Parts: sequence; C-alpha cells; structure tokens
Amino acid sequence: MDILANLSLGFSIALSPYTLMLAVIGCFLGTIIGALPGLGPSNGVAILIPLTFTMGLDATSALVLMTSVYYGAMYGGRISSILLNIPGDEPALMTTLDGYPMAKKGRAGDALVLSGVASFVGAFLATIGLMLLAPMLARVAYLFGPAEYFALYLLAFCTLGGMASNNQAKSAIASCLGLGIAMIGVDNNSGLPRLTGGNLHLMDGIDFLVAIVGLFAIAEVFFFIESHGKGSAIGVKLDKVTIPWKDIMATKWTMLRASLVGFIAGILPGAGASLGSFLAYMSEKSIAGKDGGFGTGAPKGIAAPEAGNNAAAGGALVPMLTLGVPGSGTTAVLLALLMTLNITPGPTLFTDRPEVVWGLIASLLIANVVLLLMNVPMVKIFVRVLQVPAWVLLPGVTMISFVGIYSLSGSYFDLILMVGFGALGYVLRKLDIPTVPVILGILLGGHMEDALRRAMVLSDGDGAFLFSSPIAIGLWIAAILGFVAPMFLRGLLRKPQRVTD
Amino acid sequence: MKTLTMKAFVTSAVLALGTGGAATAAECIAPANPGGGWDFTCRQIGKIMFDIGAVDKPIQVTNMAGAGGGLAYNHVVNERGDDADLIVAASSATSTRLAQNAYAGMTADKVRFVGAIGADPGVIVVAANSPFKSLGDLVDAIKADPGSVAFAGGSAVGGFDHLKPLMILQRAGFTDITKVKYIGVDGGADAITQTVGGFTQAMTGDMSEIVGFLKAGEIRALAVLTDERVPGFEQIPTAKEQGFDVVAVNWRGLYVPKGVSDDTFNMWADRLQKVADSDEWKAAMAANGLAPFTKVGGDFQSYVDGLVAEVNQLSKDIGVIQ
Repeated sequence: MDILANLSLGFSIALSPYTLMLAVIGCFLGTIIGALPGLGPSNGVAILIPLTFTMGLDATSALVLMTSVYYGAMYGGRISSILLNIPGDEPALMTTLDGYPMAKKGRAGDALVLSGVASFVGAFLATIGLMLLAPMLARVAYLFGPAEYFALYLLAFCTLGGMASNNQAKSAIASCLGLGIAMIGVDNNSGLPRLTGGNLHLMDGIDFLVAIVGLFAIAEVFFFIESHGKGSAIGVKLDKVTIPWKDIMATKWTMLRASLVGFIAGILPGAGASLGSFLAYMSEKSIAGKDGGFGTGAPKGIAAPEAGNNAAAGGALVPMLTLGVPGSGTTAVLLALLMTLNITPGPTLFTDRPEVVWGLIASLLIANVVLLLMNVPMVKIFVRVLQVPAWVLLPGVTMISFVGIYSLSGSYFDLILMVGFGALGYVLRKLDIPTVPVILGILLGGHMEDALRRAMVLSDGDGAFLFSSPIAIGLWIAAILGFVAPMFLRGLLRKPQRVTD
Repeated sequence: MKTLTMKAFVTSAVLALGTGGAATAAECIAPANPGGGWDFTCRQIGKIMFDIGAVDKPIQVTNMAGAGGGLAYNHVVNERGDDADLIVAASSATSTRLAQNAYAGMTADKVRFVGAIGADPGVIVVAANSPFKSLGDLVDAIKADPGSVAFAGGSAVGGFDHLKPLMILQRAGFTDITKVKYIGVDGGADAITQTVGGFTQAMTGDMSEIVGFLKAGEIRALAVLTDERVPGFEQIPTAKEQGFDVVAVNWRGLYVPKGVSDDTFNMWADRLQKVADSDEWKAAMAANGLAPFTKVGGDFQSYVDGLVAEVNQLSKDIGVIQ
C-alpha cells in the first residue's frame, strides 16, 4: 500500500507542532479572509504570500500555511453570504440564494452549521480524491509535449475566460492584456529583451505577485476611497447555535453528489470553484424539481453549493500539482508561490518532492478537521470580524501589501509597479472587465508562448504539429467549446440574480 | 489582521536593525532571490569563511535579484568599483551572459574574477529506451541528419545548457550548428520529462538535475563533460575519453570590484582557497551535488577570459548575438 506509506510520511511532516500551528493559523486567517466581503481566497492568499518569505518559511511550511488559508477561505466565504447576502468570495455566490432567506427566517445559526458541515464533506472527499487520483494523473504527464501543453493552456484561457464574466469579449480583452504583460522581459527563445524600454528592472519580466497584489488588494483600496468608506453592518441576528441534525441527515445525498460534481469541475483547468458550486446547485435544483423550495431557504440549497465549491477547491489542486496548470484563480496564486519557492509543480513533483506533496495532503486533511471545529462551535467569533469597520481593515491590508512586496524584492520599483497595477485594476473593474483573466495571462502567458515556440522548433515551423496527437486534438475541441458554449447558453445559464427583500 | 500588521512591523524593524549593525563587515551580494545557486554560494562560502577564521566578522549576505545578475553587476561596476569588502557570487551563467552582452553593455573586464571552488558537471543524457548507446552514436546521427535529434535543456536558447552539445559538435567537426534543434524548458526535470516522453531525443543539463531519474532507471547518461569521471558516478564515461575534448561545468565562484588592489584580490583568493580546503565545504558540496573544481586568483581570471571568448564566438555562430 503505497498510499498508506506515503500518507504516513505526510503525517509525520504535517503533525509536527510547528506545521500544525501554521495550519491552525492558516485556517483561522483563511476563514476571516473568506468571510470579509471582497477579500476572496485568491487575494487572501496573494496578500499573505509575502508574509511566508518574511517569516523565512521553508517550502513545506509555506505550502501548508497557504493551503490552509485557501481551504479556510472556501469555508469562510459562506458566512457573509448567509448573514449579509453579500458573497464573501466569488464561489460563495450561490450560497446567498438559499442561505440568506434561511437566515431571514431566523435560522441563521442552522444555516451556518449546515453549510459548515457541507463544506467539510466536500473538502474531505476532494482531498481523498486528490490522494487517490493525483499519482495516476502524474503518469499522464509523459504524454504531454509542447503541442499538448499549448492546447492545455489555451483551454485554461478559454474556460476561465468564459466563467469570469458574462461578456466573452471583455474576458478576451483581459486575457490579451495579461498576455501582453507576460511578454515583458528577456525572450527565452532569442535572449533579446522585449518591451523593457531599456530598464534593467524589467529584464526579468513583471513579477506576478506584484501584479496580483496590485490588481486585487490595491484596487480594493481605491474602491473603498471612492465609496467614502461605507461600513458593513450585519442585517441578521445570530442568537444561539445548535446543530440541526435533521437537516444534515436530509441533505447527505445532496452533499455526496455535489462533492462529486464539484471535484470534477475543479480538476478541469480553469473551471474552478465558482463553476463547481454553480453546477452543484443547478443539478440539485433540477433533481429536487419545483417542490424543492430552492431559493426560499431550502437546506439542500445551502448544502449543495458549499459541498460543491469546497470539493472543487480540492479538485483544483490535482492539475496544479501534477501538471503545473492551475484549476482556479487561487491555485494560480498558489502556483506562483510554488514557483517562487523553486518547486516546479509537474509530473516529477510527486517523485522529486514526496515530502512536499504528501505533507500537503496530510495537512489538508488536518486543516479540514480544524476548520470543522472552528466553523461549527466557534462561528460567532468570525461573525464579530464582520463588525470591524472597513476604515480600520483596509489601511491594514494596504500596509501589509507594501511591506510584503518590498520585503520580497527590496526594490522601490516594484512598489510603483504595484500601485500602477492597482490603478489598472480600478479602471478594469469600472469597465466591468474581469481581472482574473489578466492574472492568468501574466501567469501562463509566458508558458503558453514557450510551448508554442518549442513546438515550432521541433516541427520546423509546421503548424499541423499542434494537432498531431489525440490528446492535443481533444484539448483543442474542449477549448473551443469552452469559449463558444457560454455565448449560446447564456440565456439558460444566466448568473442568478440576488434575492431582494 | 491586527496580529498580521504587528508581525510585519516587527519583521521590518528587525531587518532594519540587522542591516545597520553589520555595516563594517564584508558583504557578499547574491544577484538572485534567496534559495537559488548564487544565494547558496554567498551563504555557504560566507559562513565557512567565518567558521574557519578566514574573516573575523560574519559576512553579510545581500540579495540583489534582477536581470539575471545584471542589476548586481551594474551596481558593483558603477557604485562599488573600489570596495575592498565586497564579494559577489557568480557562476557559468554570469560568464555566459557577459559573453553574450546581456548585462546592458557591461563587459567581463569590468570586474575581477577571484575564484571558483566547486562545479556542477555538465551531462548529456537520453531516455533509457533510446537507440543511442554512446555520445558517438548521437553525434553521428546529427551529422547524418541535423533535424533528427532535438535537445531539451533547462536554460534559455543560447544559455549554457544549449551551448554544451554545440561545443561537442564543433569538436567533432560539425560546423552547421544553427541546424541543431534545442528547446529551453523550465529546468532540468522538465527537460528529462520531455526526453523520456519522446518529444526530444536528448537532454543537456547538470549532474545534480539527473540524479533522481538516473536512480529510477528512466534515463541513460551518455557523457559527463569533465576531465575525469565524477566520484560516485564512475559508470558515466567522460566526453573526453569518447574522443570529444569538451569540459563544460557550471562552476560556483566569486568576483570582486575592478578597482581593488592586487593585495585585496590575493587576500580574497587566499581566503577562498582556505574554504576549498575545509571539510565543511566538502560536506556542503556533497550535499548539493557539486564536484570539486578549484581555480583561484590569476589562474581563474584567465579561465574565465578564455570561457567568455569561446562562448562569445559560439553565440555569434548560432546567431544569439551579432
């Protein structure tokens, strides 16, 4: 039993008091970040990444901390969805549909506990799936050459672009912007500098961390300034918290189905947690039919999206670890972290760095249990955080961003660049252009270009080489469908409107 | 969030104190982020110099990442031209980039190369099921049809990994080297994956990159590019004994500013020699897959000059530079 041996290796690393402490801290911070409206898992992880460098964490510890934050944020997103009718993060959008009505009925505590349990089930099953499937997927990597990788990156752009906005053209613009930024720096294939304007600081290209923190966190501050700091207030009262056993038992099959759907959605590169919760909710809604009471506070309507989005979070780690291709926005940020730590995710990660992979899997299991304990009995503590006024919160976030980025590179140039990206993020959001494809472009654009140019070197410039294997052709078809399908299905799959009182 | 803010505060305060307090000690600039090869060079050499008493104060390590070492090079040439207390980590990548004019017009003669004390030997490997059994087989196949063999390596086009097979081919009398296919991927492991997967026919890289795959039996090493077979890997023949006189290693060493006196230069060379002779350094080399490679002082400066000239000519031949 290789898996058991590997898992015990993992637990021997993850159960050290220090890593365990990091997991608990990560879960706690993650839940808060997830609960805070606007601060989702991807910006949460992005903001905290510089901290791992400041603290001088080694690769395993840094990864444990960040994935705990990641899982924690997936749990936490539901809190503000249920209590404020504002999704704490993008994947928690679907939880508002039934969570808020249920809270309105005076069952806020029940809704929080039920969704916490559903999150646990989804994340737990996904981690098991990651454990069983990832080594198998890792073997597939020898089948991936330049042509296949190019098609895979294309697929990521097409599907994520399709989900991140209702407008394909805007997603495409955002992707192109990211690709353009990715071109800055020394060209790997000729050694010549591109778009650097002779500035030595730009020779290595633009650090994606600078771009991520700028686009998410700094842009958030600009929006805050614009709105003159309207505070957040809780509209629903939370009295006592009991465990609604009846609802949990009634939704057990819903949780299992939603976990499966979410996990599969998570594995698809680019689809991610939002798609997972969306598909889980929609499939349960159609199974329940009109009498299911979905949209009016049905327990199944809370369990399904929460199990779905947490399962997707685990599923998204599979392609990130085995192929080096992120399955969601947050794993894109985690990928950046890995690359900065000199770990190349990919087929050889499981053989090269078993301690990193299995330590990570073990700590995910631990984080999950910690999160269940944290989110069920201690849910009141997190509710308090929502009462911290934004004018205290955001300046703190800004300061952390500046100190973090400066400690990373020691260069004032990166700080200017970060503010520049903040302004860009502000403008993009004003124009309703999604920022996630921009990040994806910066992160993967260089790789996509490299794959294309390697394919051209190997084939002496023959474009047909890109369609030379069944895998490549399959990925091309999936990419084209992923980009085109939402245009035709928009009428059917329109993002649900928020419940109004 | 408040605890986070506090942590950030405290950390930056500690960092500020650290820098201020050590102003009088010697400084080693690692022209890359913490964790890479240059960082390793600075931290290990600095630590051992202090431990064996070659310097009387701990050496302060500064990370100055940017432009593949170009930022640090410019900084040293323009602002620290006569600083006797400054050493900078360097490797084959430094001399290759200098030879290719990749440091914004800076040339190799603007600093003094003081010594190298360890190297990662270059290797040429193929998949375990490859028809190529020796370096000669591979070279013959390329001579017959240059397009039939593609190399994968961890450095960019024109980088050191790319140049290794080209040097071998030149020695073998093959001059049409622009026809040789090479793809630069993200590190040695990735290059091996591409080769085992059959997308490329051979991989060019460093010994430290192939050890894991060699043990797993997935690849066959055709040649190691050193003078003698490498201890611990005696089964791998050198290119030299197969009739291709190429030595290409990724050396780890230091340079100092141009303006220092000969005494200072010799003092650093002497200190470096002491590190090379120490047991601590031998242990550090073994732990990081480095082979012994000691050249210090004027001997090393002429080695680097020769290397820069050779790489410069080769780069012109393949069209990386004009």
